[in-house]
Amino acid sequence: MENIIYLDNAATTRISPAVREVMEPYLDGFYGNASSLYSLGRESAKALHKARADIAEALNCDPREIYFTSGGSESNNWAVKGAAALMKNMKTQGKNHIISSQFEHHAVLHVLLALEKFGYEVTYLPVYEDGVVRVEDLQSAIRPDTGLCTIMQVNNEIGTIQPVAEIGALCRERGILFHSDAVQALGNIPLDLSALNADLVSLSGHKIHAPKGVGALYINKKIRLAPFIEGGAQESGKRAGTENVAGIVGFAKAVQEAVSGAEAKRAALLPLCEKLYKEIMKIERVHLNGDMEQRAINNLNFSFEGIEGESLLLMLDMAGICCSSGSACTSGSLDPSHVLLALGLPHEIAHGSLRISMSKYTTEAEVDKLLEALPGIVNKLRQMSPLWERITKG
Amino acid sequence: MLYSEKVMEHFAAPHNVGEIENADGIGEVGNEKCGDIMKMYLKINTGIIEDVKFKTFGCGAAIATSSIATDMIKGKRIEDALKLSNKAVVEALDGLPPAKVHCSVLAEQAVKTAIADYYRKQGIDPTPIVGEIPEHCHGDCSNHD
Repeated sequence: MENIIYLDNAATTRISPAVREVMEPYLDGFYGNASSLYSLGRESAKALHKARADIAEALNCDPREIYFTSGGSESNNWAVKGAAALMKNMKTQGKNHIISSQFEHHAVLHVLLALEKFGYEVTYLPVYEDGVVRVEDLQSAIRPDTGLCTIMQVNNEIGTIQPVAEIGALCRERGILFHSDAVQALGNIPLDLSALNADLVSLSGHKIHAPKGVGALYINKKIRLAPFIEGGAQESGKRAGTENVAGIVGFAKAVQEAVSGAEAKRAALLPLCEKLYKEIMKIERVHLNGDMEQRAINNLNFSFEGIEGESLLLMLDMAGICCSSGSACTSGSLDPSHVLLALGLPHEIAHGSLRISMSKYTTEAEVDKLLEALPGIVNKLRQMSPLWERITKG
Repeated sequence: MLYSEKVMEHFAAPHNVGEIENADGIGEVGNEKCGDIMKMYLKINTGIIEDVKFKTFGCGAAIATSSIATDMIKGKRIEDALKLSNKAVVEALDGLPPAKVHCSVLAEQAVKTAIADYYRKQGIDPTPIVGEIPEHCHGDCSNHD
């Protein structure tokens, strides 16, 4: 796997050597259950305590506001379901309305769809061609019975940044709970949990070079969220289950590295992002999906007219390059990605999308190899595409 | 999702790609909204498919099924080409993931549509020979299986 060019870091990332190193003692000698009284257990409890403090320091919040989970999907489920339950019990009883956006991650959207079946009303804000939610739209969507707003910080498919601090401020002013899925933000844009005006923030480890299966939910200390997994007293009784100590220790290291390395990463990726954009836009009939300015620079998403995304991915894979696409064939459903459709793209253009997502390990040589392979692959697929023939011959 | 080696072989180096000038029959099925279009060109001489070419917009399975279907009808008599079933295409590819079986249906329909076009050009009503070709997709993808 040494020669693989991995440009799918919004899907998952490789574990950093430092993360692996801090995890190793907990995979090996320190296997104690953190709830046990003897010293082996206390070592695990100490490690959890330190991990929580390290994350709180890196993200500027109180350690008691960090609750470890299995990752982004669990955090999103807990946050949205928990907040929905809380809405019903708020002082101003009977709040029944939730505001979100059309292009949230499925771990939020599918929860909202389930809540609609239980009688909640949900407004999905538009994201326009640039892939950005408007605060004015939120303002006009707010109703007396609005109890929760959930808007992601950075979109996972197209990388656009949402104005969450303003959204959070507005929600706070209007007494509305605010949750933000920050899974794609962490490590890619500055994340200050105290400045975000959020009540709930979802975080994931495997997007920032920690292992899969660990993440966290930030719960503002003013919020009393009910437990999501009932059972033991772990996580202050809020999330039962013996803690994934090694994973959590690795996650904390990854958060520290993401925050301390953010500037260097940005400096390294900015020219690569610009190069990718400049070179790929030279290809005929290609579109960048989402705004170029309001973007986490690790993530670029293009649509190539006349070709289908899965074929594109398979050919890139044959050239040793890993990317992803929002075509129906790769989304596992019949429709192309809901994110690309929310931008107003016609189906046939959404089918031809390609997401390139970089990490701190991405090199210019890798970007060059993609740029070398891509035009030929696009051309080859277009040459055999009757749709391309129709587009070009009118 | 895992493709068989056979699918990958045909995808990586598809056979019979292109167009035939002055083709005797042309069939196009699928639509861009669903993400797959197959267009098949036939050269027919004395009831035999002398040459066949295709162009496909679609996923790996769409390209592979087009490629193998053209192989399977090339040099065959029209009657035999009409017997090509989507099941035979799937078998020849050593299987397709369930979500991709519709691509093999498209390939079968592309062959039949091209043959129907051939008969129409000859002034012959194709329906008694080729049968009704169900429209695979109406644009809302509801017919996908």
